[in-house]
Amino acid sequence: MSGLALETRALCKTFGGLTVAANIEFRLEPGARHALIGPNGAGKTTFVNMLTGRLAPSSGRILLGGEDVTGLAPEARVKRGLGRTFQINTLFRDMSVLDNVALGVAERLGIAGRMWRAASAYREVRDEAMELLARLGLADDAGVRVLDLPYGKQRLVEILIALGLKPKVLLLDEPAAGVPSLESERILEVLDSLPGDIAILIIEHDMDVVFRFAKRITVLVQGEVLCEGTPSEIAADRRVHEVYLGERQHG
Amino acid sequence: MTAATAATIGYAGSARLRWIELAPWLLAAAIYFFAPTYLPLGSYVLIMILFALSLDLILGYGGIVTLGHSAYFGFGAYVAGVFAIRVTGDPLLGLAVAAVSAGLLGLATGAVILRTHGLALLMLTLAITSILFEVANKWTTVTGGTDGLHSVPIEPILGMFRFDMFGKVAFLYCVVVVAACWWLVRTIVHSPFGVALAGTRENDVRMHAIGAPVYRRRLAAYTISTSLAGTAGALLTQTTQFAGLSVLGVELSGEVLVMLVLGGVRRIYGAFVGPGVYIVAKDYLAKQSPEYWYLGIGILLILIVMFARGGILGLLDRGLARLKRVRT
Amino acid sequence: MDAFLASLFSIAFHGLAYGMILYAISVGLSVTMGLMGFVNLAHGVFAMAGGYLMYTAMDRLGLPWLPALVVACIVVALASMVLERLLYARLYKAGELEQVLFTIGLIFVAVALARLAYGTLPLAAPLPDYMKGQTEVFGRSFPTYRVVVIAVSAVLTAILWFGVERTRWGAMVRAAVDNRAMAQAVGINTGVLFTLTFALGSGLAAFGGALGADLIAITPTYPFEQLVYFLVVVAIGGLGTLRGPFLGALFIGIGDTACKYWVPEFGAFFIFVATMAILLWRPQGLLGRAQ
Repeated sequence: MSGLALETRALCKTFGGLTVAANIEFRLEPGARHALIGPNGAGKTTFVNMLTGRLAPSSGRILLGGEDVTGLAPEARVKRGLGRTFQINTLFRDMSVLDNVALGVAERLGIAGRMWRAASAYREVRDEAMELLARLGLADDAGVRVLDLPYGKQRLVEILIALGLKPKVLLLDEPAAGVPSLESERILEVLDSLPGDIAILIIEHDMDVVFRFAKRITVLVQGEVLCEGTPSEIAADRRVHEVYLGERQHG
Repeated sequence: MTAATAATIGYAGSARLRWIELAPWLLAAAIYFFAPTYLPLGSYVLIMILFALSLDLILGYGGIVTLGHSAYFGFGAYVAGVFAIRVTGDPLLGLAVAAVSAGLLGLATGAVILRTHGLALLMLTLAITSILFEVANKWTTVTGGTDGLHSVPIEPILGMFRFDMFGKVAFLYCVVVVAACWWLVRTIVHSPFGVALAGTRENDVRMHAIGAPVYRRRLAAYTISTSLAGTAGALLTQTTQFAGLSVLGVELSGEVLVMLVLGGVRRIYGAFVGPGVYIVAKDYLAKQSPEYWYLGIGILLILIVMFARGGILGLLDRGLARLKRVRT
Repeated sequence: MDAFLASLFSIAFHGLAYGMILYAISVGLSVTMGLMGFVNLAHGVFAMAGGYLMYTAMDRLGLPWLPALVVACIVVALASMVLERLLYARLYKAGELEQVLFTIGLIFVAVALARLAYGTLPLAAPLPDYMKGQTEVFGRSFPTYRVVVIAVSAVLTAILWFGVERTRWGAMVRAAVDNRAMAQAVGINTGVLFTLTFALGSGLAAFGGALGADLIAITPTYPFEQLVYFLVVVAIGGLGTLRGPFLGALFIGIGDTACKYWVPEFGAFFIFVATMAILLWRPQGLLGRAQ
């Protein structure tokens, strides 16, 4: 099974007596379109935080492109091709859209630490950032401050920043969350148009998005993998129905 | 941040020098030729401008709230004094030694305190400046204690330019040093490092998520900033030939913060306008009654926080924007 | 050996007195910082005001010691409520820099007013005759006033701890410190809670300032000079707790007294170094919660 973009083996996390992740075996193929679903409190965000390195697992291993990254800091994983977006917009609000994206590009190109020339002199950064903006239709908003943008466009900037890192694996945490339905179609189009060579894991609650986008789905319940398969398999699985129906009865 | 300043910094900006940026230096030249009685005051203003610039780098651009910056200013001042007394009075050498020492102190303390944030960080900055104050207070054999260092022997610059009693040489010395440091700060702010520093201020979590070595960058900015603060302190000692406890302590940290905020944080030139206005106003007004001066400053500070966060330059920007809207 | 033991007792005693005063002043700061998330550097102003007002009450109005103390505390508490409603409340959502600037502005104003009203010399704390002189405690002789300080502070601390732990008000404060949004969601009126808690904290600070005038001299620059000590107590102890500042205050009180006695050339140096060490080991304070 080598050649996997991302893999976890027996990944566990306990907080005191509480187990939030139990023996998660997860595989992400290169170019994958994979969705992670599950009821609230299933441990999806915890799982993502372990993947990115913000949270250390209690046991188990994480492999990125075949390399064991379990002990590596988030910055090191980014350098090895892992990108992510946040469920709540985590942007540089007082800066322009262009600068938001350019920051990531500059880090990747290794010029972000340079002090002696003006940033505007590094044409390659600006050109690459502008090209990304154009691809998602935000070229006209390049000079606009992020906090002046409507929420839906901010969500797009969230994705753009991650794309600027040229990741091999992209973790999207509820990309359509909070976006009014008028603007969410835009985001879905963007998701469809993402490069085919990036392996994408999307965490979502919205089943429409999941079934439109994903080719494989993993269902996480109370920290454990309940089942995994193609969308039609998951849709037909009775256990999944119980989990969601049960939750809806309570909630 | 206004449209005007936002346009110059960043990857789509322009770092080209605009004419208005030369205004402070033209003003300095005007004072030198036409108002020579104000040269000593002018030197002091220049020194505080440098101090405020150094603070703006880590506070305004880096987003690190500190009340301990006087520690590095005072450290530089005392190092310059002790160096002149015990080693050699050569001012350029003394300046270099003070700048490097303050930078090293900044590196050592920064490495430790930048691992924290918020109240713990603020607390640690206060602790550091208090420690240095205590050391300066008690180590009388080296620092002169409460009396300070008097009659610090400063030799002519490059062996040629002796500090005259009119303050002419001192003023030009300050102009040259502060101009060089200003250029350094301006370059850094416009560079990719500067944009990344702004990023760590705007969203620390995001910077980590794009693979930026946040701690290292902050530490680098802190070290440069403390080195500049120490340079300012050294200039004060060298031009006044005195170093006393007033170069350390929380009150001075508070005062330079007020000066910076008065001018406008994160604008480079706020660090020019603020000290200029503050010191000149204090020179005129505080003579009568220093208590009323502090009362006024306190009230002004509260008003600024409530209504005019951008300081004087912020108000100017708002005024200009309104004029533009009226015209179109 | 006997002399060493005597000095130990002396340090413990005087350190305890100093620590109790620090606690009385700082506990309000800890709770309001933990409750409102507000960096209130101007807290020392209330302590200083307590000292000056008590002096005025005794000197100009001729009140006896205890009523003067009580009046000073109440006046400061009421004045702080006005300040909180008018000014502080607007900045609860503001950034750290704004809060720091605002409270520094307050300090400047207070320092200037104090200088104008009372001059620059330290205040001579007037003591009633029955508190002057010495008292025997455990076979050793100590200044009576300091015994009073320790006793009164201990009683107040006990009342405070009981009050916060047993009353509904205390439960609401603890809930709001723990999770402000949740507390509001269950119907706790956080605005009123903040104001009352702020008033209590300021009143306690005034109490500590007035009672401790003998230990921490009341001068116009009091809020600047003592700021670092109050913040150290709170930071070491941990924000938003009652017992945390108690530990912090004892640490500073006894530690500082010991250092000034045994190594006066170093003064407060070791205290600050120890503070740095503790904060680096546990940035949330000894009893605070890890973020």
